[in-house]
Order: sequence, then C-alpha cells, then structure tokens
Amino acid sequence: MVELRYFAWLRERIGTGHEQIESRAATVAELIEEIKTLSEAHDFAFSDLTSIRAAVDQELVEFDAPLSDAREVAFFPPMTGG
Amino acid sequence: MEIRVQSELFDMGAELNRFAARCDGAGAVVSFSGIVRDLAQGDLDAMLIEHYPGMTEKALGKIAQEAAERWSLADVFILHRFGELRAGDPIMMVCTAARHRADAFAAAEFLMDFLKSRAPFWKKEITGQSADWVEAKAEDEEALRRW
Repeated sequence: MVELRYFAWLRERIGTGHEQIESRAATVAELIEEIKTLSEAHDFAFSDLTSIRAAVDQELVEFDAPLSDAREVAFFPPMTGG
Repeated sequence: MEIRVQSELFDMGAELNRFAARCDGAGAVVSFSGIVRDLAQGDLDAMLIEHYPGMTEKALGKIAQEAAERWSLADVFILHRFGELRAGDPIMMVCTAARHRADAFAAAEFLMDFLKSRAPFWKKEITGQSADWVEAKAEDEEALRRW
C-alpha cells in the first residue's frame, strides 16, 4: 500500500488530500499511470505533467525516481513559497 | 539554526531582536520579511497558504543546512506562516548572522531563492469574485541557477 498525498489545485481536482493505492509501480511515472485509471477526476488532474511535481517520502524527486520501499508519495503544483 | 512553521501572526521586530540577541559577536545580521501584497485592484480578501506538514520542515532545514555549508554563518532562522492571511500581514522571515555582511547577505538571498520554489508551500488568492492559485514564475526557477 502506498499513501498518496495531493496538494493545492491537484487536491481540489481530485477531491481529496490523501488516499491509498495498491500499486505495482516501480517508478513515480508508472504510479501516475495507475492513478490516472482511478477516475475521470484523477485522469484530468494528471493531464498536464509539466505542471506537477512529486515527492517520495517527503523528498522532492523526478518522475523517473524509483519507488522501492516508498511509503508516501505526494503530488502537487510547482511550489510558491516566500 | 532554527526553523519555524506556524499559522499565528508574528512580530518581525521582536523576532529580529531575539535572533540578533542570540548571535552575540556575529557582527552582521541580515533579515528579509515577506508581506502579503494586495492585488492590483486592491480587492484581496485573503491569501490562503497551504503546506505539506513534515516535508515543509525537512525542506527548510535542508535549505538552511546548505546555506550553512556554503557561507560562514553564525546562525540561520527561517519562519514561514500558513493558513489564512490578509494584505499587509507578514508571511515569512529569514535571518542570517555572520562575522561579515557579505556572507549574511548572500546566504539570505540564497535562502529566499530556494524557499520560493523548493519549500512545499502554495498560495491561493481570494477575492469577492475569484479564488486563484498563484502560479509559480519561470524567473523563480531561473533564480536558482545562479547558485
């Protein structure tokens, strides 16, 4: 089981800030493909990957990052701190 | 090094004084404060700041650590708020202390550049008519290249 976290407009489009998924994905990119099959809202939320960033176990990663023993994977738009 | 993430309002002057007091002998203290800007039409009702508890503290700690490795610093303080803010409210503050001002200035700029696009915060601007997520700017990403 992987714990998924969504933030900002990604959370709003999907309709929840977290959910769990039974995943066989080896990378973040593969996990995204699995998530997109969950519902139309998920598919729409992940339609433009250039505006999405990912973190595995709270570390920012690229989409080709391996998941191995990841417990928590988060997706969100580019950050706007400061 | 101190990292603080809070929803409560803070007093910039008091925070700066507290920081400076504990950096006795540093010689140079630099601070930057970010304040909620009203929209061009002056109709901002609120700015909502969302963050990723846990990752936020880690990411800020990592940025502060990186600054401490690059420059000779006596101390670093990062404070960032989340929740519902109003125009004119302080959002965040970074303070750096060093023996000489060049290190303190450079480290403060570095912290700000990385904090803008590498710390998991997202801003939403609320007006009577709209609620829009603030989009990241290409220039913020560009700013990281100079380091």
